[in-house]
Amino acid sequence: MSIKIVVLAKQVPDTRNVGPEAMTPEGTINRSALPAVYNPEDLNALEMALQVKEQMPCSTVTVVTMGPPRAEEIIREAIYRGADDGFVLSDRRFAGADTLATSYAISCAVKKLGHVDLVFGGRQAIDGDTAQVGPQVAEKMDIPQITYAEELLGVSDKCIRIKRRISSGTEVVEAPLPVLVTVCGSAPRPRFRHAHLVLKNRHLEIPVWTADDVNPEFDRLGLSGSPTKVKNVDSVVLTQKDNIRVENTQEALNSLISNLVTNHIIG
Amino acid sequence: MNSILVYIEINESGRVADVSLELCSKGRRLADRLGGELEAIVAGNNVADLEQQLYPYGVDTILYANDPRLSPYRTLPHFSIVDGIIRERQPEVVLYGATSVGRDLAPRIASHLRCGLTADCTALEIGDHTDLKTGKEYHDILYQIRPAFGGNIVATIVSPETRPQMATVREGVMRKEIIDSNRKGKLISLDASKYLRAEDECLKVISRQIDPQGVDIKGASIIVAGGYGMGSKENFDMLYKFANMIGGEVGASRAAIDAGFCSNDRQIGQTGVTVRPKLYIACGISGAVQHRVGMEQSGQIISINTDPDAPINSIADYTIIGDVCEIIPRLMNAYQSCKK
Repeated sequence: MSIKIVVLAKQVPDTRNVGPEAMTPEGTINRSALPAVYNPEDLNALEMALQVKEQMPCSTVTVVTMGPPRAEEIIREAIYRGADDGFVLSDRRFAGADTLATSYAISCAVKKLGHVDLVFGGRQAIDGDTAQVGPQVAEKMDIPQITYAEELLGVSDKCIRIKRRISSGTEVVEAPLPVLVTVCGSAPRPRFRHAHLVLKNRHLEIPVWTADDVNPEFDRLGLSGSPTKVKNVDSVVLTQKDNIRVENTQEALNSLISNLVTNHIIG
Repeated sequence: MNSILVYIEINESGRVADVSLELCSKGRRLADRLGGELEAIVAGNNVADLEQQLYPYGVDTILYANDPRLSPYRTLPHFSIVDGIIRERQPEVVLYGATSVGRDLAPRIASHLRCGLTADCTALEIGDHTDLKTGKEYHDILYQIRPAFGGNIVATIVSPETRPQMATVREGVMRKEIIDSNRKGKLISLDASKYLRAEDECLKVISRQIDPQGVDIKGASIIVAGGYGMGSKENFDMLYKFANMIGGEVGASRAAIDAGFCSNDRQIGQTGVTVRPKLYIACGISGAVQHRVGMEQSGQIISINTDPDAPINSIADYTIIGDVCEIIPRLMNAYQSCKK
């Protein structure tokens, strides 16, 4: 048994570590000051794909990302961890894409790979938290979706069984292939690099695909293909409240608490 | 049609979810502003008291698809119904709760209809827009407002050209408001079979495990919240003692959860829950806008921080500068001596 697996990935600015240097004095974003990382949940997605491959060893895992040319770093990372191959979708004509235009470009690229049995992706990216691209790629490929996946319970070349997280608990679902699965951070932790894969692949050339390579309708790409527009961006201006500075002494804290108790704020 | 459509979610007890009632309250205001109707779509199986639950919140029309195939929630059956109804009724705006259901369903619909969708909005308003490039003017469109990019900016997003304009909103962000408990509307029954396709049935739910009701930080009148500045899980655990003593619940910022100090059911902020307690004590929380939108409507805010310039201080009523691990025990002492 063998199947063809695609894993979606995104290189993101590490918004978990935004320091003051990430903002310019004009209130815009200084992207170069932020380190670029493999989106964390996309690594959980890669892990689940590699677990499928372990059960059906002749399967192939191909990693797809869209971004600037330097995003090849994460394709390389995925290959060091066990993916078979991958490519970067990179073209100025993709720039300014919202989730709809992004999912369109990615779905064109995935369709170009021929028949695909399973698509994995992270639930959401830390630079936007929208969780939209996965379901949108599934719709564009006209295949079902399983979102919020937490555990792979079984897989064959016919179907997949997944435990997924829902607001009120968890549920186990089964779907026939092909299907797209988005994976949560609570899924099994991603494996590390293999030394022999690093040595073998460190000089590997990562292919870059342009818009022309994926036969899109060009008006559905980038800014022109994006229905959402940013009307304006306000840097956050804090209006100072009447702020009382309380000294860090037992006496001052006593009077703060007794004040709150007197005013029935603390019961 | 200037109508607003709200996707209604049914919770595990068979009732309309709070987030859906909150969206109806907001939807009512938007509909009044646009001079249109507020419609609610419900896809479920034998939902009890639907009319009594929804009309008081301002719903004019309930579109109800009642069919065993629609419960529990599965993406494709709900997708086919909601997508079909949007095509038939052409609402201006569609709102979804940013829950595991809404975040699964809404993007698939946006993709199919090729319309815009903004996730996790913290405010929705109606206003005008001029496209700077084309100079084209748009009247009375939906402003979808959300913090972005590490919380350093707040972006107003519009979808001027495509309809409907869609947004998801987290639970607790909008206020639930009964307009009139005797208000009446009309209910239209939908024939689910008219919308469902055979392939919508392909995914099977094998089993479901519903967690016992966890913490309810939304309902707490006092919240002691910890951030990355707590330094360690051990230090963070001190907050439970303090919260317990003063009758509060423990909350956390996303940074504290990412650092493993606390489980994510206590997360406060844009991607967690929004709270409005009487007292909010922020311990070692710097106060990025994503956190602030989830707590700034608290009655009183105390900020405990080593950094005098932390953004949280500017919305706090009281600020204590210093080591949180030293200050919390002092506050506990203060409380105990006050209660004697």
